[in-house]
This record gives sequence, C-alpha cells and structure tokens, in this order.
Amino acid sequence: MSESSPKSSPPKRGSLRIFLGYAAGVGKTYTMLEEAQRRRAAGVDIVIGYFEPHGRKATIEKTEGLETIPRRKVSYRGTVFEEMDTEAILARHPQVCVVDEFAHSNVPGSERAKRWEDVRLIQDAGIDVLTTMNVQHIESLNDQVWQVTGIRVRETIPDWVVEEADEIVMIDLSPRALLHRLERGVVYAPDKALRALENFFTETNLTALRELALRQAAHQVEDHRGAAGPSGSAEKILIHLTADPSTAMLIRRGRRVADYLQTECLAVYVAKDPQWTDVTPEERIAIEKHLGFARSLRIETTILTGRDTAKAIADFARERKVTQLFLGRHSKDARRIVDNARDLVITVAAARRR
Amino acid sequence: MIPAGDRRPSPDELLRRLECEETDQRRGRLKIFLGYAPRVGKSIRMFDEGFRRKKRGQDVVVCAIQPRGAEQVAEKIAILEVAGTGALDIDCILRRKPEVALVDELAVNNPPSSTHPKRWQDVKEVLDNGINVITALNIQHIEEEQDAIERITGKRSAHSVPKSFIRSADEIEVVDVPEEELVKAGPEDSAQRQQLSQLREMALCIAAEVIEGQLQRYMDLHGIRQAWGTQERILICITPRSNAKAMIESGRRNAERFHGQLLAAYVEQPDLSREDQETLDANLDIARKVGAEIHVLQGANVVDEIIRFAQEHRVTQIFIGHTQRSRWLPFMRNAVDRLIEAAEGMDVRIFPQVQST
Repeated sequence: MSESSPKSSPPKRGSLRIFLGYAAGVGKTYTMLEEAQRRRAAGVDIVIGYFEPHGRKATIEKTEGLETIPRRKVSYRGTVFEEMDTEAILARHPQVCVVDEFAHSNVPGSERAKRWEDVRLIQDAGIDVLTTMNVQHIESLNDQVWQVTGIRVRETIPDWVVEEADEIVMIDLSPRALLHRLERGVVYAPDKALRALENFFTETNLTALRELALRQAAHQVEDHRGAAGPSGSAEKILIHLTADPSTAMLIRRGRRVADYLQTECLAVYVAKDPQWTDVTPEERIAIEKHLGFARSLRIETTILTGRDTAKAIADFARERKVTQLFLGRHSKDARRIVDNARDLVITVAAARRR
Repeated sequence: MIPAGDRRPSPDELLRRLECEETDQRRGRLKIFLGYAPRVGKSIRMFDEGFRRKKRGQDVVVCAIQPRGAEQVAEKIAILEVAGTGALDIDCILRRKPEVALVDELAVNNPPSSTHPKRWQDVKEVLDNGINVITALNIQHIEEEQDAIERITGKRSAHSVPKSFIRSADEIEVVDVPEEELVKAGPEDSAQRQQLSQLREMALCIAAEVIEGQLQRYMDLHGIRQAWGTQERILICITPRSNAKAMIESGRRNAERFHGQLLAAYVEQPDLSREDQETLDANLDIARKVGAEIHVLQGANVVDEIIRFAQEHRVTQIFIGHTQRSRWLPFMRNAVDRLIEAAEGMDVRIFPQVQST
C-alpha cells in the first residue's frame, strides 16, 4: 500500500500520550511540560491547550516560552467559568497540543460534556495530544477506589478511552515523598493541604492507589505489545442488569474482567412483559440508567421479555454462545439462574463495602 | 457464616505483625530508583533528589558515580560533596557519616579484597550505621528475575542484588519512559521495541509487587482485614468431584492477565474412596504445575474453612464447582449457596461439573 494519500482524505489521527499518576502533586503536569519543552526545542510546533497552574511555582516556570491558547469563558447560572477553547485549538492547528486534566467535566451547556471528548476531537484533526490523569478516574476502578479511600470519584473516564491511548507513562513518586511535598506547601495552599492530609492523603490510601496505577500502566504496556494473543477468544461475558443499585458495580466488574481477558462483553435486562408493568417508575429509571451506563462502556445491551427470568437469561446465553454469566449477589433470581445454567461459568460479583 | 470484623487473628497473622514491629528504628532509610533499561534516567532522578535535599539543608554526599552519563548529572553534582566516584569506600563513608549517601548503581561486584564482595552489602552496612542511602538499580540486576530477563534479552548480567534486599527498601520509585524513546533506529528496532516493552512491564510489576508487600505489612500491623483488591488473588477450591482442569486453566489465565496470585486449597475429607483420592491428587498436581500455591485446610465445615482462609489471604475471586441440589430437599441451601452468601467481598465463580457424574 502506498503511504501518500489524496488531499481529500481526513488527516491521520493524532496520537495520545497519558501521563498517569495516583494523586495531585506527584508531578504529572511538570513531567508533561518538560516533555513539551523538549519537543519545542526540537522544533515541533506545540501549544498549551489547557493548563491548570494550581499556584505551583516550579510547574508554572515550565510553561515559559510555550504558546498558550487562551481559555474560553462560559457563564453558567450567573458564574463565569473558564474552559479549554477547543475550536481555537483546531483553528490554530499545531502539531502537538498539551491538555492538562484529561478527566475534567466541562461546565453544563458546553459543546461536549467531558474534556476527553474534546481531546478526541483534537486528535481527529490530526493533532497529537499530551495529557494528564490519575488512576482513580478510570471507570472500572471506581468501586475499589471508593473502598480504599471512601471517596466516590465523579469525574470518570471509560476504560476504552484510556486504553486507546498510544502511550502511557507512569509518573511515580513514593507516598512519603508526596506527603513531604504536601507538608512543605508545594502541592496545595496550607489550609487546603491540612484538609487533604486528614482525608485523602493518608499513606495507606496513597500506597493502594499507587499500586493500582502501576498495575494499570503494566497492563497497558502489555496490551499495547499485543501480548495477550489475538483478541476475540472463544469466551464471552454476559452481565445481568437489574434495578438494584449494586448493578453499577456489577457492570464495572464485568467490564474490567472482560477487558483483562480480552473477551466480548454483553448485558441483558429481562422484563416480565413488553410494557414493564411489573416495575415501579423509579425502578424503570434505574434500569434505563444501567442500560445507558453499560452502553457508555461499550457493552452491547439487549432487553428480553419473559416471565421466567432465569430461563430467559440461560436461553439467551446459549443462543449467543456466552461462556460466563455475571450476576449481582442481590439479585433475587441469582439462585434460580445458577440452577438453570449449570453448563455455564457463573460469577456472582463481590459487593464492596466500606 | 463468619462475620468479617469478629475474628481473632490467626497465629500466622500475629507472627507477621511481630515481624513488622521488629524493624530497627535506627537503621538508615533506603530509597531505590528502579529502571527497566539503561538510559531511562535513573541517575538523573537520583542526583536530582540529592540536589533538592541539599538545597533544603540536608547533609548529602555522593559516594559513587557511574562513569557513563556523568556529564548529564555534572550540574547537579556540582553543589554536592563527592566522597567517592569509583569503588565505594565504606570506611570513608562511615567516618564522614553524612545524613544521606548517594550511591549510583546498586549492583556492582567489588574488587577482590574488599570488605564485602557486593556493593549492596556495603550499602546494607551503611544503612545499619544510621545513614540514609539513595541508589539506582536496573531490573536486569535483580537476582530472582535474571532467568526471566535472559529469556527476553538473551543476556545475563554478572552483577546482581537479591530481591529480599530490594523488598527491604523503605521507598522504591519507578523511572518510567515510553520504550519508544530508547529504541535506536535500525533494522532491528521492532525486536528492540518488543524487548523493551517486556522489560518495562516487568519493572512496573516488580514495583507493584514490592508495594503490595508494604501494603500487606501495614494492614497486618493495623489489623485491617479488608481485601482491597489492589492485587487480584484467585483461590481455586479443589475437590475430587470438581472439574479441576477447567477451573485451573481459567485461574491460570486470570492470574496471568491480572498479574495476580494463584492459590489452590482443598479441605481434608475423611474416608475418601481410593478413586476419589486419586482424582484429588491428580487435580492438585495440575494446580501445582501451573504455579498455584497449594494449601491443605482442616475443619468440619468446608465452607467456613474456605471463607476463613480466603479472608486471611485477602482473596478477591473464589473458583468453585457447581453442587448438585438435593433431590429430597431442593429448598435447602447447598454449599455453593452458603459460600456465595459468606463471600460478600469476593467474586464467586462457579464452574460446571464434569459431565459424567
């Protein structure tokens, strides 16, 4: 095949490099800007699309000499917010764009809800992107992070978005060194630092998050190499959705296992009748939310109708050649499903608690 | 069912706690910068840290510099006192007694007639004398990893440091860069990239493993029994009846893909038929062959024993075989039901039985 392409074809998609950390202050932005400076020195046309200074002197110094695209002002409910100006970046069209805080949620009313969506748009235009994120923003780790830290991270990124990155770089720092930075006021202003130390920044929390980050980076390095062999193996996972709030946890776990085993992942909801008359309006909203959540993680969803949930699932599983069923432990049908699908591997997913 | 919080620590746990408490307070702190290949920037990171500590008023002395790449760190070293460049002069360091000793490259064989044959032993003595040490290490030099590394690179380093010494470090930091930045353009660059990627994955996993050890020690010390699942631990429950082959194969693949740990356990049963005993032994043998850690449990109640063991080892996934429902008492909870109920914080994966039974 020829390398050259006609002018009308879309540009080659820009690459994405993620600087991965496990907490504020480990040096993600600093390292990213160092890389930006190296590329600028090598003659690359590079701009800062978004940078969050957090008042950190050493980091701010690293932006010197780099062109910055001014932020866009967005007013929402009487307050003015500043967001990345994606359109201005596209118009400027550099070779490389630096975008801090990949997991950021844009102010409501923005063109796109999440910054990672802006980044994909920038990549689509053929611009390479350098970005930063912490491991706790990965969707499928949300429950583990909550169990470890007690914090429900709201700004999450679907795993597939992170896994599509061309490069991931682990920005490692020992928790002790990070705590020292915090105590010296390098990371946050003193009052905020004190609160951070009491809550999130305990040595155990940080150690656990750091391990998750290292394992995530190792996993991606391995996948990037194609070490797991050809994907699309014979295995296939099916997640049983219900109205139960633990379903979100079940979806994340099923997705994570499917990703690690590189198998296809499906989800199913079984309604008793086509009008869903057996569920309350609240339950219906919850089920629809779970179906939408599954789809956002690129899980194919199906709604079945059948009086006998256990039988409907087992039949569907056999028809679609599913090898493994994922059930919530709170599902009232779990026991009957287990009895109905004795030829399948069934995983009753953990319920994490604090 | 055993309530998670209401359990006395086992003798094993108590022993682990005691061991944790015994570490000597006067020992210097050891910090290691770990890299997956030469040129990832370990030395720069190390001297950078020494430089910053010096600026904050700590008494930092350079005790060894690698001849290669010395120009790159010259600027950082300029403000530091240099007490040695080639071989580590241990007597000199102990006399000088700095707060922090910088030792570039931990894996060095000392010349004959030195106090210790290996540099890491020198470092140990320096630490024992209350001096903090910051050092740099390449994973190619970790003794226990050298077989695996030789399989990847075809080469084996003559210098090595035992893993136990690395585990004893107070801090370990990975110096990570994309392998792309180390690949030298040429006809073999794709093979090079492949190798570097494998080494890089190894370095990240070794660091994760060391940190997991620290985390477990901390949790043992503070009596935290929760399984946070930072590392996946898979427990395969083996019986004569279970379809062990499928379970073990799935367990192996899961452990491999998650970089997790694989455990297998069976609860001793009295009066096994000879046939059952043979099947059991064969099953355990398969588990052993794929590298599972085998545990034999004792106790009258199989489910209780498995749950107790799983909690103690912070297992994240339990693999068991389907159990036949009683024909006479179909509403009675069977072992699988009870296990699911008790294993709240763990995934329970149930496998089909062998067809013939």
